[in-house]
Amino acid sequence: MKFNINGKTHDAEVDVRTSLLDLCREHLGLTGSKKGCDHGQCGACTMLVDGRRINSCLTLAVMHEDSEIVTIEGLGQVGDLHPMQDAFVRHDGYQCGYCTPGQICSAVGMLGEVEKGWPSHASADLTAVELSDAEISERMSGNLCRCAAYPNIVDAIREVAGKGDRQPVLEAAREIGA
Amino acid sequence: MKPFAYARAGDADQAVAEALAPQARFIAGGTNLLDLMKLQIETPAKLVDITRLPLGGITPRDEGGVSIGALVPNSDLAADPRIIADYEVLSRALLAGASGQLRNKATTGGNLLQRTRCYYFYDTATPCNKREPGSGCSAIGGVNRILAVLGTSEKCIATHPSDMAVAMRALDATIVTQKPDGDRRRIAIGDFYRLPGDTPQIETVLEPGELITAVELPPKVEGARHLYRKVRDRASYAFALVSVAGVVRMDGDVVASASLAFGGLAPMPWRNPAVEAAIVGKPATDANFAAAADALLADAKGQGSNDFKIPLARRTLIASLRELTGK
Repeated sequence: MKFNINGKTHDAEVDVRTSLLDLCREHLGLTGSKKGCDHGQCGACTMLVDGRRINSCLTLAVMHEDSEIVTIEGLGQVGDLHPMQDAFVRHDGYQCGYCTPGQICSAVGMLGEVEKGWPSHASADLTAVELSDAEISERMSGNLCRCAAYPNIVDAIREVAGKGDRQPVLEAAREIGA
Repeated sequence: MKPFAYARAGDADQAVAEALAPQARFIAGGTNLLDLMKLQIETPAKLVDITRLPLGGITPRDEGGVSIGALVPNSDLAADPRIIADYEVLSRALLAGASGQLRNKATTGGNLLQRTRCYYFYDTATPCNKREPGSGCSAIGGVNRILAVLGTSEKCIATHPSDMAVAMRALDATIVTQKPDGDRRRIAIGDFYRLPGDTPQIETVLEPGELITAVELPPKVEGARHLYRKVRDRASYAFALVSVAGVVRMDGDVVASASLAFGGLAPMPWRNPAVEAAIVGKPATDANFAAAADALLADAKGQGSNDFKIPLARRTLIASLRELTGK
């Protein structure tokens, strides 16, 4: 089977049971994407497939022979970081770092969705999406961080989205009805 | 995961032919099926990959309404301008479910066929009539906080987990299928799901090898308000304890038409004409809303730790009706 990952063609002979995540980690040496729960609950395995963020643990490699796959390694490398990677570093958007590749791939995919005007559960008006902190939290709810670096993750994403500084906590809480 | 054969279908005829093999299952988004296969709750002998089938469009129908291809991802459906404009309850329900990553992969057809998240269905060390028919129900008398209070049987008290299907039920959706012999069926969503009875392992009227190709929605209700209200343990990314999908049209202070469906309460997206009859043609008053809740919950049966769902459903319905009627 041939796979297009991070702009390169990879050859691999794998069992049809192999998930896209295991293909990358166990067969191609692309260990940036992490296996947390392996059941689509934690988001650590998030990759961009044909431009869409998905849980790579919950799809079979064999189903993606003709997909364009981007992992954290394809977004950027040391010395040539993707703006989202750079923002996570500067805002300290992690502690242990295990969820970080998934967070970053998810955030990049998420901003693409906002760019397309896709609404979220936090959108009062489904036709006029404005990226607030409450929107970022809702849209990133598929990525868990057990170190709870969430405030800094939101800071990093907000900066890349060009949305300025952190909202006052009370204002953000009111927006989500807390 | 148990070994399985893999076949990739190019069109619907090929897909249904491939699916005639014993213990074959279709796979599209795979977000629920692969999860269950890893746990060996689902052990298909063959997967028929239908992701290459041309079932990914949302198209207007000549007679009004829209046809949603079975492979339209949940995220695309929720964001479609026509769906937002004419069927907002469906967008709202989709956006209230799962996570961004899952919605990008999960499909319209697959969402309808999600399996329950009952703890015991997932725990292969315990009896479960849905997973292993005849083995018993561990949830009755067990931990059942998230489980059903309506439509249950002595064999199973599982809930259907979908948000999307609840909105589809309120919208009177029709499920279009193709059978292995080439026949096509149009199944009203009210006839699509089966109550557990003595056979909780059989959840829909689909026959072996029958493929969902589309879901059709009737023309929109002009001038109606839409609502999807979901009560859950977390603000995001959690299944419904109780949810209400509503489409209500007012004529002055009187409820001119109402369709209401419920999630989190039953083994299927729930709808009961008596609930709507309690308010249609009548003034929008709290007394009438309470009568609607009485009608919804007349046969409700708590199992101990899910007793709270009965008053929660009452309050959620009444709050939803206030919002839908502008009261």
